[in-house]
Amino acid sequence: MSQSSPLALRGITKQFGAVAAIERFDLEIEAGEIVALVGDNGAGKSTLVKIISGLYQPSSGEIVLNGKPVNFRDASDARAHGVEVVYQDLALVDQQPVYMNMFLGRELVKGPLRTLDRARMAQETQALVTELDVRIPSPRAQLSDLSGGQRQGIAIARATHWASGLVLMDEPTAALGVAETAKVEETILRLKERGAAVLVVSHNLEQVYRIADRVVVLRRGKQIGTRSLADVEKNELVGMITGLVQ
Amino acid sequence: MTSALDRLRAVNWRDYVVYFAFALVFVYFAITQSEYFLTTSNLTNVIIQAAPITVMAVGTVFVLATGEIDLSIGSTVAVAALVTAKVLESTEVWLLAAGAGILTGLVIGLVNGLFVTVVRLPSFLVTLATMGLLVGVARQLTDLKSVPVLDDSFVWLFGGGEIIGISILVWWTALVVFVGWHVLRQKRFGAHVLAVGNSPAAAQVTGIRVARVRLAVFMISGATAALAGILYSGRLQGARYTLGESDMMSVLAAVIVGGTALVGGKGAVVGALAGSLLMAMINNGLILAGLNVSQQMIVRGVIILIAVSLSLRAKKSN
Repeated sequence: MSQSSPLALRGITKQFGAVAAIERFDLEIEAGEIVALVGDNGAGKSTLVKIISGLYQPSSGEIVLNGKPVNFRDASDARAHGVEVVYQDLALVDQQPVYMNMFLGRELVKGPLRTLDRARMAQETQALVTELDVRIPSPRAQLSDLSGGQRQGIAIARATHWASGLVLMDEPTAALGVAETAKVEETILRLKERGAAVLVVSHNLEQVYRIADRVVVLRRGKQIGTRSLADVEKNELVGMITGLVQ
Repeated sequence: MTSALDRLRAVNWRDYVVYFAFALVFVYFAITQSEYFLTTSNLTNVIIQAAPITVMAVGTVFVLATGEIDLSIGSTVAVAALVTAKVLESTEVWLLAAGAGILTGLVIGLVNGLFVTVVRLPSFLVTLATMGLLVGVARQLTDLKSVPVLDDSFVWLFGGGEIIGISILVWWTALVVFVGWHVLRQKRFGAHVLAVGNSPAAAQVTGIRVARVRLAVFMISGATAALAGILYSGRLQGARYTLGESDMMSVLAAVIVGGTALVGGKGAVVGALAGSLLMAMINNGLILAGLNVSQQMIVRGVIILIAVSLSLRAKKSN
């Protein structure tokens, strides 16, 4: 394990009162690696994502980004450190053009009056969607005119654009149909080719096998195991999730 | 060919309804009231009559675009106008008087905004309450007496003045509309206003300070209402507790007809100007046609109903 992997979690624990939502969680994700986080409802997957993205503070343990221990006050602090999250409910603004969504909260401005630089935002958006092969009619199209898959593609492109190497995805295809899911998975794999570290929460084990390199199983806050997907049978994985395999 | 057709279909016609309506009503009155309606002095008069409504409408565009509402603007007009007139009476410094008026509006907006963002009450309830409260304040301030405005500079600047032959109120209208348009369309703040109105959750996760944006739009609304009050007191050369009392509906009608969504996420400053001028033109035409005040109110109510129906229907079909 290199010293400067994009994300290392060491002994992360989160207590809510007397309840341990996460117990001593360890994980390191390398650049260009996709790690899937699986587990039943209430296993602590979302809590873990919220800890990494700064929405929760861990009760103990350490988050290390690119070799540097960090301590996030809130979500915008985490974002300032280059941690980006793709949510299942998209977190996009429907009535704005694609490029404004791409730059939401970080709009580019120009000139002494600091007016919005729409041309440059549209241009950079075009470059990014081309690179990630997210097919949209135009960066100036209104977001509500795009399909669910295209929108999730935009959400991922946005995260990619602003992330410094680490992208978290919370059920990125939960709201999508089969064809759109396939398209979004392609986009995720393209992130990997670009050398991003991706942690993806998924309920869909087929999807986990299609895109992930390793899988982490959580059950009631406990880290049951971390396996390379090449070494683990689906039955065993299901057993780890449900508790049939200890 | 199909793409051109599709593009035509993709245009949201409701966004332009106000301009069609404007043209239609203009032509109608021009034909039926030809001898007086089309004179320059009458058309200028329409803009001057509309000036306070237009100024308030610009502030209201920001509030509605954020998904909030400010019902207290009408009573803010009276309070700010009275404060301005009183300060002018005692200091005789127009700048101080106007500053005090605007400050009054900002403070009212701040209070509204704090109740919405910190106490987390719906803006409808907060501003309904402050509306009533301010009506009381306006009556209390001078014991129902009107305050004359006699300062020449003040009256010139906020009412009777002209620059290159054009009424100062037309200039004020142009200035406020331009600044409002610039901020909403061209500035990051405007983008944040629309984002908050469209999806507060999305705005939050992208690091937009949602509460600060909400606070700001109420202060903008308070300030534009106060400026409207100042313009009234300049034009009428006096302030009275009744100023602005029926303006809130006119402003909302102008803004909604102008294409700003009642549910947030969409704002049209130039549309609000067109909406305000449309309402004023209708008023003007109805007066020229000899309708009395009651009849005018009925017609205005019908127009507001049609406007709101169009606004909500467009929302459903989306």
